[in-house]
Amino acid sequence: MCHARIPRALRGGLRLLALSLLAWPALASAFEIEEQKRFDAIGVEVAVLKVISTADTDLFAPLIHSFQERNPGISVDYSEASSGEINKAILAGAGFDVAISSAMDLQTKLANDGHARSHRSAQTERLPAWANWRDTLFAFTQEPATIVVNPAHFEGLSIPRTRQELITLLRENQERFRGRIGTYDVRQSGLGYLFATQDSRASEGFWRLAEVMGGLRARLYCCSSDMIEDVASGRIAIAYNVLGSYAQARKDLADRIEIIEPEDFTTVMLRSVLIPSTAAAPEAAGAFVDHLLLAAWGGPEAATRAGYPFPPIDLSEQTARRPIRMGPGLLVYLDSLKRGRFLAEWEDAVLQE
Amino acid sequence: MKAQARVSGSIRRRLTLQLVGSAAVLAVLLFLLVLGFARRVAEESQDNILTASVTSILESVAVQDGALTADIPYAALSMLGNVSNDRVFYAIRTATEDLTGYGDLPRPDRDPRAGETLFLTADYKGDSLRLASAARTVSLEGQPLRVIASVAQTRNGQAATLERISAIAAVLGLGFFLVSAALAILAAQAAVKPLNDLAGSVSRRGPKDLRPVVAPVPSEMAPLVVSLNGFIARLKVSLARSEDFIAEAAHRVRTPLATVRTQAEVALRRVERPENRKALKEMIRAIDESSRAAGQLLDHAMVTFRTDSLERQDVSLADLTADLADRLGPVADLKEITLRLEALDPGRIEGDPILLQNAVRNILDNAIKYSPEDSCVDLVIEAGEGVVRLRVEDEGPGFPSGADKLTARFARGSNVSGTVGSGLGLTIAKEVAEAHGGKLKMENREGRGACVTLEFPAP
Repeated sequence: MCHARIPRALRGGLRLLALSLLAWPALASAFEIEEQKRFDAIGVEVAVLKVISTADTDLFAPLIHSFQERNPGISVDYSEASSGEINKAILAGAGFDVAISSAMDLQTKLANDGHARSHRSAQTERLPAWANWRDTLFAFTQEPATIVVNPAHFEGLSIPRTRQELITLLRENQERFRGRIGTYDVRQSGLGYLFATQDSRASEGFWRLAEVMGGLRARLYCCSSDMIEDVASGRIAIAYNVLGSYAQARKDLADRIEIIEPEDFTTVMLRSVLIPSTAAAPEAAGAFVDHLLLAAWGGPEAATRAGYPFPPIDLSEQTARRPIRMGPGLLVYLDSLKRGRFLAEWEDAVLQE
Repeated sequence: MKAQARVSGSIRRRLTLQLVGSAAVLAVLLFLLVLGFARRVAEESQDNILTASVTSILESVAVQDGALTADIPYAALSMLGNVSNDRVFYAIRTATEDLTGYGDLPRPDRDPRAGETLFLTADYKGDSLRLASAARTVSLEGQPLRVIASVAQTRNGQAATLERISAIAAVLGLGFFLVSAALAILAAQAAVKPLNDLAGSVSRRGPKDLRPVVAPVPSEMAPLVVSLNGFIARLKVSLARSEDFIAEAAHRVRTPLATVRTQAEVALRRVERPENRKALKEMIRAIDESSRAAGQLLDHAMVTFRTDSLERQDVSLADLTADLADRLGPVADLKEITLRLEALDPGRIEGDPILLQNAVRNILDNAIKYSPEDSCVDLVIEAGEGVVRLRVEDEGPGFPSGADKLTARFARGSNVSGTVGSGLGLTIAKEVAEAHGGKLKMENREGRGACVTLEFPAP
């Protein structure tokens, strides 16, 4: 199901194997890293900052470069992993200094369970209350869950703007869209699970949509980027719950895809950063978090200077946007019983073989 | 010399300290009360929300397909996040098994009864927790099974609230204390005010004022004022008696002395032997001195009596002095002393003519007495700014140093041993001047001689 990723994952696995022989033999099997890149210090190296993140290395590279310009003595070791693997790595105490993840629920649970170190600075003061949980977990993006469509597939049909319109469209054009819908495999993707659970909280319509998608044999993906590529290539026509920020970042595909923020409600994920309590270089980690927060919250100028790769944070009130709130509520869907029930229900709806 | 009293403490200070002390105690009490109350309210509100959370979790426990399951409502935990940013933990357990959640959460001390929520404060994962537990019985395969749900929250939010409230309580306590302390100081001042008033009115009195205190005083001070008035009355009686005694004695001595003097003069004419004449002359001189002293004692007694109830009339100091100069002229002539009167102003004042006459006579007497033969005594009457002055200037030896003591009764200058005098003259002049609100000044003139000035306020 993660077709496009297999070679990359394999690459990462191999790299991890090599690393594990060198560094952490005991933890080698505990978690899986997809890609690792080292950004050497500009000046004399005084510290190495180990970052583990769900974000693509290429996306984050400008932020890291601008960070190193301000802190020339710090080398950055950037590891890319899925949110689940990041969770495992931090729980195993794998010596990362900064953990960045799109899975707000897992990040919140890590912070709640005492796996994060608190950090206070002028930059953390800048954050609104909803973007800072206990001075341990900091939000630095606003990324909506969107519907990405390939307009070429919609000849003679209007492009849906709400979930209800999407349901109606799919029901009325079953043949055209059979096997042409993509969404997250919530069993694999932490972010997909987060989006799905928040959708189910917001509206009963989610389950109807899931049933319709299941009836049309939706393809299941691990990652937003794969869905975007498949929509652009015409493999699928509609991808549901795709990270809008990733879709927008693909300027090369802009003419082949259309990004829709559902008008009934748009779930907004806040990418968050925490400093694990096992961090070996907490000071460098604090500096990196501050750099990230300044880029995110310091206004457009600071964002440009730091190479902030995400859409600017929008503090205006938008009725359709529903930011996911950081806090203990996010622990609920991580409860094993709750998760079991949810996944069972989801499988019932989506996997209708 | 100022009178000293043995002082032991101060009523006002003691009262202030006691009141401020009780204010401080009350302020601390207020602070602790508010804090204790706030702590209870904060704990109760946390307990309430934990109860709501644990109840909704417990209600989600069900038996499905022969297995225990729970569908924790989102709100059960998110409601805790609405109140504070505290860490949250939960667990659903049976007596022996963990169903879900944080299995290592502390268990309540005993099984909660139906409908009961048990609270516990414990440490967990490095933080202090408030833990609420509730239980219910479900039927699993026909067997009753006790399920216990627990929800716990760290207490940072509560601590922050308490910190805020304790700051407010501290400000409140301090404010209360400051206001009470200010009031205490005012109260203490008000309490001792009648005492100060009495002390002031008594100490402001002139040396001769022996009237009883009549101003109303608080009941606590009435015995003191009664005693004081009794004391004043006794003093007055005793003073009057001694003045009477002196006057009586002087009067009784003066008359026989006059007889003795006459006899001595008659005898002087008869005797011829020089040593006898010398002895008689000495005798006459001693008699003069005694009778003069007796006269002045009488004058003094009279002055004391009249100043107690001063009679005021319009008096011209110039006329009065001229009259006296006339009368004393023969005495001055004996020593060939010229009395030069210079009235630059009529010297009109309000006063008792007899007293004034007495005062001026005593000064003139002194001037003539201490002037050398064949000299002048100048009597100048002039008006100054709001005052009328009589200046008596002589060419005598002047005042020795420490002249101000000469106005004490019976004090005499150290350079006058050859002259008859009682030492009461200047005392009388001074007392008269002061009784009229004026004063007596004694200076030495430049070169030679003394200058005595009587100064009275102009009417």
